Amino acid sequence: MSEEKTITIEVDGQPLETKAGALLIDVTDAAGINIPRFCYHDKLSIAASCRMCLVEVAKVPKPIPACATQVMDGMVVQTRSPMALAAQKATMEFLLINHPLDCPVCDQGGECELQDVAMGYGSDVTRFVEGKRVIPENNIGPLIATDMTRCIHCTRCVRFGDEVAGMREMGATGRGEHMTIGTFVAHNINSELSGNVIDLCPVGALTSKPFQYRARAWELTRHTGVAPHDSVGSNIQIHTRRGEVMRVHPHSNDAINEVWLSDRDRFSYEGIKSEERLTQPLIKKDGEWVETSWEEALETAASGLREIASADADQIGTLVSPTATLEEIALAQKITEGLGSPNIDYRLRQEDFRGNSRAVPWLGQSIASLEDVDSALLIGSNIRKDQPLLAHRVRKAALKGAKIQLVNPLQLDLHFDAAQMVSDPAGMVRNLAAIAEAAGGSHHLTEQIEVTDEHKAVAEGLKCSKSTVILLGNIAQSHPDFTILYGLASVIAKAADAFVGVIPMAANSVGAAVVGAIPNKGLNAHAMLENPRKGYLLLGIEPGLDINNPALARAAMSGAETVVAITAYRSPCLEETASVMLPMAAFGETSGSFVNAEGRWQSFSGTTGPAGESRPGWKILRVLGNLMDISGFDYSSSEEILDELRGAHGGELQVASLGAAKGKIRSAVTGLARIGETPIYAADALVRRAASLQETEEARDAAVARVNPSVAADAGLLDGEKVAVVQGEGRAEMVLKVDANIPDGCVWVPAAVPGSESLGDQFGELSLEKV
Amino acid sequence: MSALEIKNRNELFTPEIRAEIDHEIAKYPEGESQSAAMAALRIVQDANGGWLTQESMDEVAAYLDLPPIAIYEVATFYSMYEHKPVGRNKLCVCTNISCMINNSDQIVEHLNNRLGIKFGEVTEDGRYSLKEVECLGACGGAPMMQVGRKYYENLTPERLDSILDELE
Ligand code: SF4
Ligand code: FES
Ligand code: FES
Repeated sequence: MSEEKTITIEVDGQPLETKAGALLIDVTDAAGINIPRFCYHDKLSIAASCRMCLVEVAKVPKPIPACATQVMDGMVVQTRSPMALAAQKATMEFLLINHPLDCPVCDQGGECELQDVAMGYGSDVTRFVEGKRVIPENNIGPLIATDMTRCIHCTRCVRFGDEVAGMREMGATGRGEHMTIGTFVAHNINSELSGNVIDLCPVGALTSKPFQYRARAWELTRHTGVAPHDSVGSNIQIHTRRGEVMRVHPHSNDAINEVWLSDRDRFSYEGIKSEERLTQPLIKKDGEWVETSWEEALETAASGLREIASADADQIGTLVSPTATLEEIALAQKITEGLGSPNIDYRLRQEDFRGNSRAVPWLGQSIASLEDVDSALLIGSNIRKDQPLLAHRVRKAALKGAKIQLVNPLQLDLHFDAAQMVSDPAGMVRNLAAIAEAAGGSHHLTEQIEVTDEHKAVAEGLKCSKSTVILLGNIAQSHPDFTILYGLASVIAKAADAFVGVIPMAANSVGAAVVGAIPNKGLNAHAMLENPRKGYLLLGIEPGLDINNPALARAAMSGAETVVAITAYRSPCLEETASVMLPMAAFGETSGSFVNAEGRWQSFSGTTGPAGESRPGWKILRVLGNLMDISGFDYSSSEEILDELRGAHGGELQVASLGAAKGKIRSAVTGLARIGETPIYAADALVRRAASLQETEEARDAAVARVNPSVAADAGLLDGEKVAVVQGEGRAEMVLKVDANIPDGCVWVPAAVPGSESLGDQFGELSLEKV
Repeated sequence: MSALEIKNRNELFTPEIRAEIDHEIAKYPEGESQSAAMAALRIVQDANGGWLTQESMDEVAAYLDLPPIAIYEVATFYSMYEHKPVGRNKLCVCTNISCMINNSDQIVEHLNNRLGIKFGEVTEDGRYSLKEVECLGACGGAPMMQVGRKYYENLTPERLDSILDELE
């Protein structure tokens, strides 16, 4: 096809220049000429099944669908001629035959494509007097409400499942009038991207369950924002009504999230209204939590920390959540520095800091460029769950033929073809060393490494491609040998002429590193707890859930004199460890900025007022700074802080080595090894409180211990049985699940779920006991 | 995904059925096993007394490496696939226009009375089941019905009686 040739066509008398071979509907869309459509969607394949886009083309005897017609030089198109209008009207009439005319009680009313197109192109009255068909209810889970009687069979949802989510769960069963869209066998839709069908469905057949019957589209005010979970930084629209966040939609940005949104980013807003929201400052008096005024709370917090600092500033440790905003983190950093302490960190889930570098861990390339790699090695990454939309880019690369290989401590259920090398955590290091050797590098490990054909195949796959990327994911960053893994990845990268990057965990991991929430000479997140401090400043953290070693964190903080927690939630582990809780504005309630995986700074403004007495984090920190007499806290808006940060740190991110360790493998254990992944819906405080997400199978299945059949048999344990997971001093009771995806010698015991607060490092030795 | 997790293709069906399906798969280019979906469903249905269970559809999906829903789509689109038990003789009676004009109503009524079943039902002894079908392309012999692979044309109540007696 001569795609590059520019041709001229005429639409409704208007000449349009375009590329030969383009689709007519794309050309008219670009020119702002509206052609009605239902089945067409620019991110999905062409179905051309609804016939709503019929137009008249000169010299063609019948109307033809614009979505399936390629333009040709000199084509003369009429979108509003009598023939086109008659065709559109007739199509509309057919579509409405079986569609219920119940817009007043339909959740899509007011934002329904069918309603709009019927108004614009349909007839005023119906001639259809026969009975309409009714489709029985179909429950597909807690996120999506279905009313299949309203379905017009455009198959967008079906194509989405097949082409984007990579899980073909929905389909069109039956025939003719009996055709229905559904799962056929009743079951829940389990894709981490499932919510997108809500946007895709042009009618009210698939709508948001949490939002059901809550508001009408025209009552909502739209605010653009940035999603607060993974490091993609998906652009979103927060819809509010009378000061309340009602729902979240994607805001399209081709460079970041395209038109999609992960379920986590879409439904987590429910956590804003959690009953555990902290709405009043709290202070611990004689072991009891009492509500207090802001003055007293702030004064207690400031004097508590200042006293400790004036005796020995090194006794102050600051831990900031990587989901906090850039502005908040920067102020927390400024306070810590102002108190004279070098101890600040955001790498809460990291255990191995041997690399000891202040370099910023980031993707090292653009998100969009991931879909153009032709080979990728993912190390310690459950990418699909951790970063759903990065996984989508990798999947696109895989569909184009890229070779994707993974080194992980568990077999993943992926939606693209990939070679997975699975071993226990220590084995991951050995596997990587062997791949490094097979690729022609050297590994510096103290032990002998055996190189198998499998390793050679991986090395070969990396070497014989033009653009190769090696990425370390969440599991790698929590791994006791993260720096060795990183070092080996760098060796492999050098040998294979590849590129190494880190997939940042959270929405603002990169931002936290950029503004310097990494200790220079001070203690890192782990050392601050191993050598307990007298005073802690916690920003957006739940110590039992957000830290690699919660047992260590809770012990250290419980023993401290002052623990100031700036938090949106009142959680049991804060009640146990903190001395002051300052209520912070949650997602949607504060302005701020995040820096995403590719180093893009994105700012957003607050959409609603903070709940109760809570205040934006940056304002709390500003007052704290002032009360402690630290200079430079006279900001009047978060933009002022941002401007200052831009000036100091706004340059292009450099690709720099994180510092690699050599030597001993720390992850080797003699008993069973824990694989402490953070499940997708447990990643941070907000999502942990998002009710509907917590009802998904994914979340309900998360708080279990998983072992493979042979480990279960050795331990004499059965699937579904309650077991005690014992790690060091810690003990947690969990249901055992037998799962062949877990390697020998390992137990998958997640972090950040109920029960895990008393356990130790996310990766480490543990044992299982019968209860 | 279906409730049933099938790992090993060689544990599905019987060796004979696998051979038959493989024969169909071989008719299409490599990697196009989905083209054999209809044939595979027919083979599996025949081996199961003329109808498909959900498990058997899941197995066909697993065997052809397709998502189960893709098989459900095919199996529910074509009326030759049955999703409920049928009689040993499935009487497919055409009621489409030519047959209707030639009094297929009378044929249907006769069958209803004689067998005591309606469309979609099976006689108690499992010998017959009744199904309404659309035009089978034998309008010249209307009214007609199909039983197994055989067409019976120019039906009358009397002819029906003798046909039914012959069917085991
Ligand atoms: S449910 Fe919605 S998206 Fe799916 S086919 Fe029906 S109308 Fe289209
Ligand atoms: S939009 Fe063209 S046929 Fe549906
Ligand atoms: S109408 Fe009965 S065979 Fe054609």
